Formats: sequence, structure tokens, C-alpha cells
Amino acid sequence: MIRRNSWKEYQKQIADDRYYYARSCIRQNFFPGSEKAFIDILQNDLGRDLLDDPKHSSCTGIGYHSDIVPLETIMTVVARQFALMTEAGYEHFVASCITSFGVYTEILATWEEFPEMEEKTRENLFKATGREFRKPTSLAHTSDIMFHFREEIARKAKHKLVNSLTGEPLHVVEHIGCHYAKIFPKSGIGGSEFPYVLAGMIESWGGQCVDYPERRHCCGFGFRNYLVQANRGYSIANSHKKLESMVPYKPDFIVANCPGCAMFLDKWQYAIAEMEGTTYGENGHGIPVLTYEEMAGLVLGYDPWALGMQMHQVDVEPLLDKMGIDYDPAAKYLGRNGKYIGQPDSAVVNGCPPETLYGMRE
Amino acid sequence: MKKTIIIGGGAAGMQTALRLSELGIEPLIVEKEANLGGKLRGWHALFPSFTPAEEVLAELQRRIEEKKIEVRTRAEVRSIAPRSVTLADGTTLPCDAVVLASGFTLFDAAIKEEYGYGLYDNVFTSVDIERMLNEKRVARADGSAPRRIALLHCVGSRDEKVCQQHCSRVCCITGVKQAMELKQLFPEADIFNFYMDIRMFGPGYEEMYREAQQKYNVHFVRGRISEAAPTIDGRVQIKAEDTLTGRPLRMSVDMLVLLVGMRANDDNATLNEELRRAPSGFMAPRDHFLHHVESNVEGIFYAGTVTSPKNIGETLDEAAATADAVAEYLKN
Repeated sequence: MIRRNSWKEYQKQIADDRYYYARSCIRQNFFPGSEKAFIDILQNDLGRDLLDDPKHSSCTGIGYHSDIVPLETIMTVVARQFALMTEAGYEHFVASCITSFGVYTEILATWEEFPEMEEKTRENLFKATGREFRKPTSLAHTSDIMFHFREEIARKAKHKLVNSLTGEPLHVVEHIGCHYAKIFPKSGIGGSEFPYVLAGMIESWGGQCVDYPERRHCCGFGFRNYLVQANRGYSIANSHKKLESMVPYKPDFIVANCPGCAMFLDKWQYAIAEMEGTTYGENGHGIPVLTYEEMAGLVLGYDPWALGMQMHQVDVEPLLDKMGIDYDPAAKYLGRNGKYIGQPDSAVVNGCPPETLYGMRE
Repeated sequence: MKKTIIIGGGAAGMQTALRLSELGIEPLIVEKEANLGGKLRGWHALFPSFTPAEEVLAELQRRIEEKKIEVRTRAEVRSIAPRSVTLADGTTLPCDAVVLASGFTLFDAAIKEEYGYGLYDNVFTSVDIERMLNEKRVARADGSAPRRIALLHCVGSRDEKVCQQHCSRVCCITGVKQAMELKQLFPEADIFNFYMDIRMFGPGYEEMYREAQQKYNVHFVRGRISEAAPTIDGRVQIKAEDTLTGRPLRMSVDMLVLLVGMRANDDNATLNEELRRAPSGFMAPRDHFLHHVESNVEGIFYAGTVTSPKNIGETLDEAAATADAVAEYLKN
């Protein structure tokens, strides 16, 4: 178990209510239920005011980190988001994506250091849209908000992060995402080396964090690793390194802070299993990978299929069984209004014998 | 008889007092700890001769007692002026000159969070190793003997991220010395020194560095460790870049030793607002050549590491020079 002495030295202001919510581009595709779950938990379970504003756009972070979007452009886009927040009468900005959170943090810090750049951005925004903005009073990532309410969620918990058969805490690997605090350690709860944002949730909800040698290592998303097709071997190699490193600790599941991390740690397990026949979880299965909203949703008793967990490459049923969660297996691939959404083929990562699969290794 | 108050009872303070006494000036040592000796009390053997630190300390203490030099221990200083020293309890001690010999502060290795000092069982500092050598019990946390040890140079030195841009000078040779001592204790162990530059400035240091490689087979890798993490069997996984081969490196070690640097005392800034300090926070001498033991305030002098990192030999030499400068000042 990891000893964390220093996380309390890294605190940040997290507003208690009235959030302006900026969604993530890629989460809508990878984990479509997670952002919905965040809104539901905040509004319905916790009774907070949150504006899900359809007018906001991508932060253009992926384009920025891929050298497609220039700095001046992304600053103006970010300024527009802030203008929308200002116009809506909100002042606490919450980003659903780690990359976006890193972008907003970086731009606010840049404006602090170079006020002339802020002035230029204001001018650009006004020329382009006629809008003006106030900078947010607080900037948080959605996981910060979950962390902020972790004890309130614990009090409403229907399930704990506990093995219902043994009563033992579940062993959870938390993965933070590079852009959360590695760029600006003070912007993350617990700093960059021993971040506490997910660990705090896990501990409050009954689980136990496991430390492992490659805990800090990148998941493999790293934009240039993935976006440049020739580099994708680096991407899977990074995930592979982490998975190999965590296996001896027998994690029950992985929870990730960043859209890319959750996707890559989940989907590369599929690819590794297909290529090598290697799986990292129990009984020949992969290790389920959750977003923190999914983890919170399960704790609060949400239906796993309503949380969108059927979209995972690694099946989550072994985890649901461990937690003693009731679910309807037949409803897994029924979408809204009971419409069948299609079912993926069997996969080695979900315990299907390799020889029954199409001959990828041949 | 003229009286000089010496703040700090370490090697510099004791040597200054002894020399002042020989020159017919009455010294008073004010020491915040319960005993004289300062950091020297924590060291095992001194480079390059492996002279036991205890031997040097005992001789200095014997001379202090022999000369009946007045010592006030457990006395913390709040402020200094050329003709008085005010203690934390409000007592003001009059004098004719003041020597600031308050030394340095060891860098807190826990600040470099990436190395896990204080969190991982088998991460130590060079100070821990000196203590363990003194206790004659160098071992991993579970009491077992290490088979692979890594020593990391420049922890809290030459590091802008922790606002310590200066070189602490003695860490390189300490790394060499401790590698040799550990190799003597554990002949079968592989020992690695991770460094960014090896600075062997003192007499006999370069020879020690060569001996460590040729006779003790200590490995030197040019590259800083980027992070340490615990392994399931209680070892420490480290990552570094070997900058000579240009390749990343990952290995597990039984002990990771952080060679912690010297940083300026926090109270350097508050003892007397007129005193100039270097950008590093250490006190700045009037100049580096002809008045290197004098401050910019007449009547206040410096000895030892309060002005910059030094080894014990340099500290003792400088302390004697300080006493001479004080005597010259008081004569005039």
C-alpha cells in the first residue's frame, strides 16, 4: 500500500456549487455514459447546479499538442469558452478532459506570466466574436469535483469497493494522466508524484490503492505516440509496460483520470491478448478499466449498463460480481428504449480461448 | 580582554574559538544544540584519508576543554550586531566582535518527491549511511544485506527545480567514499554512482575516484535518476538515462542512497538585515579574495560553510583565518 505523506501539501480551491461544465471531445465516443453520469451525480445525487452548455466547443487541445493548432488560436478558443461561462453567469469552470484541464491551466498560467498575451487574446476574441470574458474564479477537473464530494458520496453509497465474498477491500490501480499535474504539480490534488485525487475516492469508498513500479508511467496515449500511425508501437509498448508491472499486485480494476488513459489501458489489453494471448486479470480475463464517474456510479448504485460499461473492451462483469452488484446480463447490449446496439465478437481478453478466434497470429 | 562571540559550535566555531584563545582574545561559543560538534557529529569517516570523524571531533573538544573556552549550548540566536548577540529568549550578550559560524542546513530529500525518501523503505540519504556506518549496522529495512546499491549525486544541488542552483561540492567525493565503504562491507554487491558531473576538487579525491573504479569496481553512470518506485519484493526500481550511451536505463536496487546537498540556513536572512547574502542564500563575504572571512558589516565575520559549501579541512583552515582577521580588527 502506498504511503502518501505529502498530498495534503498540494491543495487547490474547489468550488462547492454552480459549475460551468466543459465536455471532452473524445469521451463522448469512448465512454459515452461517463459524462452523463457526472451530470446525474452532481445534479440528482448531490443537488448541485451545473450548466451543461451546448454552445461550447472543443478546446482544440489535441490539435494544439499535435502542432496543428497554433498557440494564439487555442488561446482564443479557450477565451471563448470563458466568455460563454461569463455570459451564463457562472465562474467555476470544470473540464471533463485531462488534456483540456491541462490546456486551461497552461493558458491561465501563461496569461499570468505574460499579461500582454491575455490582452492580445481578448482583442482576438472580440474581433472574431464580439465576446468578452472574465477568467474563472476556480478551475477544476471533473475528478477534482468527485474528490471534493467523496465523503458525501460515501454516505450515500449502495456498494463499497469491497469484495462482497471476502469482505476484503478491492485492490485498485489508479492512473492519473500526465496533463493533470505533471505540467503544473500544484494544479492537482496531491501534486504530480503522489496524486491523491483518485486515491482519495478509492479510500473513501472502501478500496485500497496499490502502488507498483510503473505507477507514474504514461499510459501510452501520448499524442505523438498514437496520432502518428508509425509510432503506435510505442503506445502499446507503454501500456504493456504498465500492465506487466501491475500484475503481481493482482489489481481488481484500474481507474483512470484521463479519457485517453482509460481507453488505452482498456483497449490495448484487447490488442495484447489477441497478439500474444496474454491477459492480466483473474481467470484468463483482462483487468477492467473504469472511469472515476463509473466507479462513483457503481458506488451510488447506478445500473452498469446505464453507465455505459458495455462499451468497455474488457468485460466488467467479474468486477460487478465481486462487488455484489445486481445486473441484467441480457440487458447489456440494449441501448435506449431497449434497442439492440450490437454485440462484439468474443475476445481472448474476455476469457475466450485463443484458438477459437480468427487467426491474427498467423 | 576583548570578547568575541562565535555563533555555532561546529568544526568552524570550535576552531575559531581555539585560535582566538591562542591570540589572547576571549571567545564565547553559542550553540543551539545540546553538544558541540555540529554536523561533524553525524559523520563516520572523513575523505580522502578515511580519518574517523570522531577522532577529529574528540581532539577539537579536548582542546576546547583544555583552553577552558566558555560555551553556551541550547542557546538559539535571534539577531546579531557587531557588538552584541541577542538570543531567542531575549538575552543580549555584549561583545567586541561576532563570528558567524552557523554552518549549513542539509537538503531535505523528501522535497524531491520522485525519489520517495520517507515513503519507500529502502531509500536512504548519505547522512543515513554515515549514521548506519557509525552504528556498525548498514542494512536494508528488513535487516538483510544489499546486493545492489545505487548512489545518486546532486540531490538538492545544482537543481533549479528546488531553488538550489549551487554545487554542494562534497557530495561527489562522499559518493565515492561511501561506495568504497559499502563495497568493503558487501564485497559481492554491485554499486552504482549516478552523476551528472564528477567534481574531484580536493587533494587525493581524483585518486579515490580512480581507486573506487579500479580496485572496488564501483560503476559510475553519467545520468540523473528520474524516479524511484517500490517493487513488490521491497526493492527500489529506478529509471535514469545513461547519457554517455544515450540510452534509457531501468534497474532494481536493494538500496537507493541520495547524496543530499548543503543549503543555506533559513535564518541567514533574519540575523541582521544589513548582511549581504549570495543568490544561493549563503552569506556573501566582503569579497572573495582579500576579505573572504569578513562580512560587509564591520565587526561581523564568517567562518566555515555559512558562506558556501566546504569540506572539513577547508572549514578548519578558514576558521583560523577568521580568528586572525578578528584579532587584526580588534587590534585596530
